[in-house]
Amino acid sequence: MSHRLPERDRPWMMRTYAGHSTARKSNALYRSNLAKGQTGLSVAFDLPTQTGYDADHELARGEVGKVGVPVAHRGDMQALMDGIPLDVMNTSMTINATAAWMLALYIVAAEGQGVEQSALSGTTQNDIIKEFLARGTYAFPPAPSMRLTADMIAYTVESIPRWNPINICSYHLQEAGATPVQEIAYAMSNAIAVLDGVRARVPEERMGAVFGRISFFVNAGVRFVEEHAKLRAMGILWEELGRERYGVSDPKHLRLRYGVQVNSLGLTEPQPENNVQRIVLEMLGVTLGRNARARAVQLPAWNEALGLPRPWDQQWSLRIQQVLAFESDLLEYPDIFEGSIVMDGLVAELLEGARAEMAVVAEHGGAVAGVDYMKASLVESHRERLGRIESGELIVVGINKYTETEPSPLTQDAEGGIMTVEAAVEQEAVDALEAWRAERDGEAVAAALKGLRAAAAGDENMMEATIAAARAGATTGEWSQALRDAFGEFRAPTGVGEAAAAVPGTTAAIEAVREEVERVSELIGRRIKILVGKPGLDGHSNGAEQIAVRARDVGMDVVYEGIRLTPSQIAASAEQEGVHVVGLSILSGSHNALIPDVVAALRERGVEAPVVVGGIIPEADVNPLKTAGVAAVYTPKDFDLTLIMADIVAVVAEANGAAAAAA
Amino acid sequence: MKPLRQSSAGEHPGGGSSPALGAARAGRAGRPSSGTELGERLRAGDLSAAPAVLNLVENRTDAAREEVVLLQKAVAAAALGGEAPGHVVGVTGPPGAGKSSLLSELVRTWRAGARSVAVLAVDPSSRRTRGSLLGDRARIAFDPTDPGTFIRSTAAGGRLGGLAPATRAAAHALAAAVDVVLIETVGVGQAEVEVADVVDSVAVVVQPGSGDALQFLKAGIMEVPDVLVVTKADLGDIAMRARRDLAAALRSLGERDTRVVAVSSVSPVRGMDDLVAALEVHRDTLDLPAMRRDKRRASALAAFAAEHGERGLRVLGGPRAAARLLVAEPAGADVPALVNVLEHHAHAR
Repeated sequence: MSHRLPERDRPWMMRTYAGHSTARKSNALYRSNLAKGQTGLSVAFDLPTQTGYDADHELARGEVGKVGVPVAHRGDMQALMDGIPLDVMNTSMTINATAAWMLALYIVAAEGQGVEQSALSGTTQNDIIKEFLARGTYAFPPAPSMRLTADMIAYTVESIPRWNPINICSYHLQEAGATPVQEIAYAMSNAIAVLDGVRARVPEERMGAVFGRISFFVNAGVRFVEEHAKLRAMGILWEELGRERYGVSDPKHLRLRYGVQVNSLGLTEPQPENNVQRIVLEMLGVTLGRNARARAVQLPAWNEALGLPRPWDQQWSLRIQQVLAFESDLLEYPDIFEGSIVMDGLVAELLEGARAEMAVVAEHGGAVAGVDYMKASLVESHRERLGRIESGELIVVGINKYTETEPSPLTQDAEGGIMTVEAAVEQEAVDALEAWRAERDGEAVAAALKGLRAAAAGDENMMEATIAAARAGATTGEWSQALRDAFGEFRAPTGVGEAAAAVPGTTAAIEAVREEVERVSELIGRRIKILVGKPGLDGHSNGAEQIAVRARDVGMDVVYEGIRLTPSQIAASAEQEGVHVVGLSILSGSHNALIPDVVAALRERGVEAPVVVGGIIPEADVNPLKTAGVAAVYTPKDFDLTLIMADIVAVVAEANGAAAAAA
Repeated sequence: MKPLRQSSAGEHPGGGSSPALGAARAGRAGRPSSGTELGERLRAGDLSAAPAVLNLVENRTDAAREEVVLLQKAVAAAALGGEAPGHVVGVTGPPGAGKSSLLSELVRTWRAGARSVAVLAVDPSSRRTRGSLLGDRARIAFDPTDPGTFIRSTAAGGRLGGLAPATRAAAHALAAAVDVVLIETVGVGQAEVEVADVVDSVAVVVQPGSGDALQFLKAGIMEVPDVLVVTKADLGDIAMRARRDLAAALRSLGERDTRVVAVSSVSPVRGMDDLVAALEVHRDTLDLPAMRRDKRRASALAAFAAEHGERGLRVLGGPRAAARLLVAEPAGADVPALVNVLEHHAHAR
């Protein structure tokens, strides 16, 4: 083998995960990103769209247009893709529970441009198991969700051959705390569950084509050498799986294809400029070795731990990719790790660990039945990781070491170096939705939804009925409600109940807080009881879960209700449970709308328990929240959970003292 | 590492010298909710009193315990003019048997029939940290604006498989105000024994294919419940087989009254009406006043023993003699009154 390639490789596809406010504004952003040299689109939808609610639903409050773009019907999708030629564009959509619906809207939008669906290329994320495990934007119970996934795969393999109907995500597993071994094993187990489901719904001879259309969406952390080994190991396991379990023999079908978003978990709020070098290293992990190089890369922005990135922040991340691809010599060589003892050794280690863990998942009945097991394992791993950061064993520069810093000029502007979505966006979306409903052919919509219900109740492929509903002008909320009616609602396991009893080597700090919990509990007559809740649609529950587990570890009684709660539900639970403090976690940026709602709902019920809030809360929002009645706000720089616990105990002590003094 | 806040609690780890802690102590000394008043509200069917009732019975301060005695008196059979109308049901079973989803559907079924429901979910606590994760609420769907549903999670307080000490008092108080009080506990083998001391009807939940329940029943490790619930009927044949096997085992033990019900808590939900009916049939077969009287007497003995130990019982001439002391008491006497009787005798000797 020559040490040079005969011809320089073409670079991977470069994307930026983007979308906010409205379809029109997002469309403008996409066009400017493409003009800057981005080669594919990556659509971020807002949480109501991801979970199947229209902008006027109670749960959508505060979330419309926040973490992505709202798409309620074909008109929105047409506006989103306006002027972007869909026959040549490659569009990746981060959409799961409502993936079939968004694909249908995309197909209809393409028709509007005169583009046949067979000409479309792109990806729908469509990985529901990891929504149950880590991301929380599921809508339906596991079994019908898996059927929807299988239907989409069966449909696209025949009708949209260049579409990747599913992106099996190990990305969110790492965000939820997965070790490299867990990331590989759970992603592969997940793929097996999906493929087994499809096998029942397509002719045997099409399995090769199906296998070839499955792609992965992975994470890359800052331990970039090991991360690269992880991808090589995944490639080996994938090929093995194709050959042995599904009888695939075409080498093209057997290649692991993956896109990547590098790690956000390790990005820090303090000294946020350090995130740039983290992002660079993480990118190297997925590009250095040609044999396991990503097909598509999207990089987070340096300020993701602070809030929503602005176009300039995203441009910076795109330029990082372009410098590596076009200025450096990386793409001139074959695989640079071929024959490396270190790399081969790491790969062998990971393969052994992953195979063993896959066997455990299989013993639990596979990825669907094993969600509880995997969820609990992830919570445990994440807790272990946080414990190592707290003890200083795992160094995070600027967090638990080298914390002395000059003020960062990057965050000195009035907004603190982030973008804020205008509050008026929500009302605009609600008004636009009303106008849409008034103008469309109501009878055609009703007929299409009836057809959808019939398809859901039967066993036929649901894609045709879904596309018919999209054409008729149904909304995201209507499509989802029809399926919710047919399939039922679902709440995923929280994983916290199963997490082990105490941090390995319980620290003196934890002991001290435990003492304090005992003392205060005795004083107020009952053990300190905390409600940990996640208001709104944000499904990123990792932080809330860790708070719940640590609160238990310091001796509190913890009511953890999981995700997606309305302020009224949280208030009712707090009252009925008689809690001494309410802890809320929000990462979606909707805190300014939702937190005051929760406080108001609590006080309306006569619950005087103090409210504390944690999440991605920009510094500028801290004081307004306190004015709204919040007792304490914890931001990403408060990484030490035990300190947070000590503070919460102090809040409880103060509140009870004060309440008694007033009485 | 610097604490996040210069808290009064942190600054004065030992004592009550700081103003805030002084005030907190005042809170401890200050009056808790009035037990008599809460009892009145419950007698009037006011379920909105439930959170305060639970806060009171769980409160360990002396002042609160005095109020709990008044509360129990206010909802005693004597005050009500008969036994509390609510049906107290215990649901128990091993972890993973599907209790929470079952509860969710049961609550929905009762509410659909316009019955008010109070759920007391008892979770095991970590004995190492004494803290606990009360996770069942997350799996019980409820309408926060519905005044006819109350759900409270309680830590078992370190008692293995056991009932939170406050649960009995809470259940009996709430039975004055609601149609159904449901106590959920975890475990098999002991849990249904503990819960049986408190409730009118016991339902044990098992999942098909586990086999444990069958073995436990045959071996006599598990008490025979009033209703046996086989979950996951959506599994079809496996669930039906489990139901048949359990029914056969019960027959071979000569237990013909225990009903075996198969349910599915996932869509399409089924069996809930059968389960509700089975519980009602059981309740109708009971001599409720006599049964509750006996259970109250047993509770009083247990409470006395917990407070005064073996020595206290010996003073009364042993457990059997102590039990005889209660026979002459009025049938409707509440637990604190009965404990009082025992203490009076002990004091006199």
